Amino acid sequence: MARSEANLAARGYTFGELMVAAAAREIGDGELVFVGVRLPMLAFVVARRTHAPRAVGLFENGVLRETPSTELLYTMGDPPNLRGATQCGAMLDVMGLLQQGRVDVGFLGAAEVDRFGNLNTTWGYRNKERQRLPGSGGACDIACLARRTIVLLAHDRARLCDRVGHITSPGFGNGEGWRRAQGLPPASGPSAIITTLGVLRFGHDGEAFLAAVHPGISVVEVLANTGWTLRVADELMETEPPSDAELSVMRELDPNRFWTR
Amino acid sequence: MTAESKLLTMRDAIARHVPSGSMVLLGAQLEQMIPFAAGHELIRQSRRDLTLVGPISDILFDQLIGAGCVSRVMAAWVGNVSAGVGYCFRRAVERSIPRRLEVVDYSNFTMALALHAGALGVPFLPTYATLGSDLLKKNGNLREFSSPVSEEKLVAVRALRPDVAILHVQRSDAQGNAHIWGSLGVAVDGARAARKVIVVAEEIVEPSVIASDPNHTLIPGFLVAAVVHEPGGAHPSPVQGYCGRDHAFFTEYHERTRRLEDFEGWLARWVVQVTDRTEYWKHLGVARVQALAVKEHAFSAPADFGY
Repeated sequence: MARSEANLAARGYTFGELMVAAAAREIGDGELVFVGVRLPMLAFVVARRTHAPRAVGLFENGVLRETPSTELLYTMGDPPNLRGATQCGAMLDVMGLLQQGRVDVGFLGAAEVDRFGNLNTTWGYRNKERQRLPGSGGACDIACLARRTIVLLAHDRARLCDRVGHITSPGFGNGEGWRRAQGLPPASGPSAIITTLGVLRFGHDGEAFLAAVHPGISVVEVLANTGWTLRVADELMETEPPSDAELSVMRELDPNRFWTR
Repeated sequence: MTAESKLLTMRDAIARHVPSGSMVLLGAQLEQMIPFAAGHELIRQSRRDLTLVGPISDILFDQLIGAGCVSRVMAAWVGNVSAGVGYCFRRAVERSIPRRLEVVDYSNFTMALALHAGALGVPFLPTYATLGSDLLKKNGNLREFSSPVSEEKLVAVRALRPDVAILHVQRSDAQGNAHIWGSLGVAVDGARAARKVIVVAEEIVEPSVIASDPNHTLIPGFLVAAVVHEPGGAHPSPVQGYCGRDHAFFTEYHERTRRLEDFEGWLARWVVQVTDRTEYWKHLGVARVQALAVKEHAFSAPADFGY
């Protein structure tokens, strides 16, 4: 994380803050968003208070919020996330909305993501030993059913791998047509992978490509830290740095950068 | 007519209603209202071969696994929500320490559907969730089938009927008619799917208080086998309107359970050598308890049931 601090000194924001800003911009105004905690929770608040004031947030414990919590959350069940909620229903209420196809965007983290956007949060592989990770939670449900799935994770070669060892949450499987063949809803699937180095998006064939690099990051560095031969967009973008408005929302909510260090 | 009180101490409730080998639903309200006091009593009474059922559970499943009470976990997520992995869970799965653990992986939605099916009294419910995932391949309670009414593949989620659901609630009467508000998760279905329910309440109130707001009565008392009055019994998880989340406790647990010997020390200090919840609260210390108290009440507007 020393590098993130260097970035903070040189550019005025951390990688985490850049990822939150990039994630927030994936939320359209008026959209229904399956939020989760950590970076996506901050992204939802940033979106609500900048370009998407009518976005609605859903949480797996059954909470629906039209106004985001004004306090930092460590979990979606923290008391500030329930006080002032629009609705506190059951888990099936929000999962039902998801299955109906009403949820526009879902955010997910992952231990591993592969070239087709499949996620693994069940088994880790370090030093050739299998490590049991916590599992799906609601990630598999969101990956199966949300109209667009956005994945956030730190960019390194082990975590952005050619094929995940275990599909906890399906992306595009092995490519074009796979999701339909499995029986997954037609309007669903991975939309972007936001990392500490850039933003990946998906071609019609279901394979990820590099769509944008973050300021100060080279394509060579991204490729060297990706576990497969990553395709690069013809018109590669540079991620827009977080605006003052975006940063002020994040820092008001998370002044000690608990989630964005 | 006054029904007989179901009030029991935690010790008696666990002794009477949760034998070894039971399938137990815990953590139905996700990160809120996790029945830690009940879990600790299960550990003190040396239950074995439990099957734990729940969507996430936070660190309670990890503690029960580390204490050797569990032979099977059916859950969507086992770990420490604000701090990361659960080390006892990892030790059990990777190295069978302290004993072998069978894990049946669900997603949150499929767990909720399994309990909903149990609550509805049907053998399964259909969903698109988990299609294409390895959860579907490895969990025998998730089966792909062709829809009888459309040209689609679906997943049949087999009903779950836990032997007992332990649910922490804000308030209950002595018969177990209970009000819950805030984070509901799978509590309503969990109570109905289970063969019996233990209610753990912050407050015991008169039946008239419960009947004053029947929309908040999420557990009807006839489903309930025992009511335990255990204020603070969900610590370190929060109870809306009663107790905040002790974030530091979760972080400390993470740090102090990384090594097996450290976990054993943690378990002795916080569970085994603690006789009951009163002593546990003394152990926490006045400053910590005060820091978790509700700082600013936020009462809902009363609903008028008059006519």
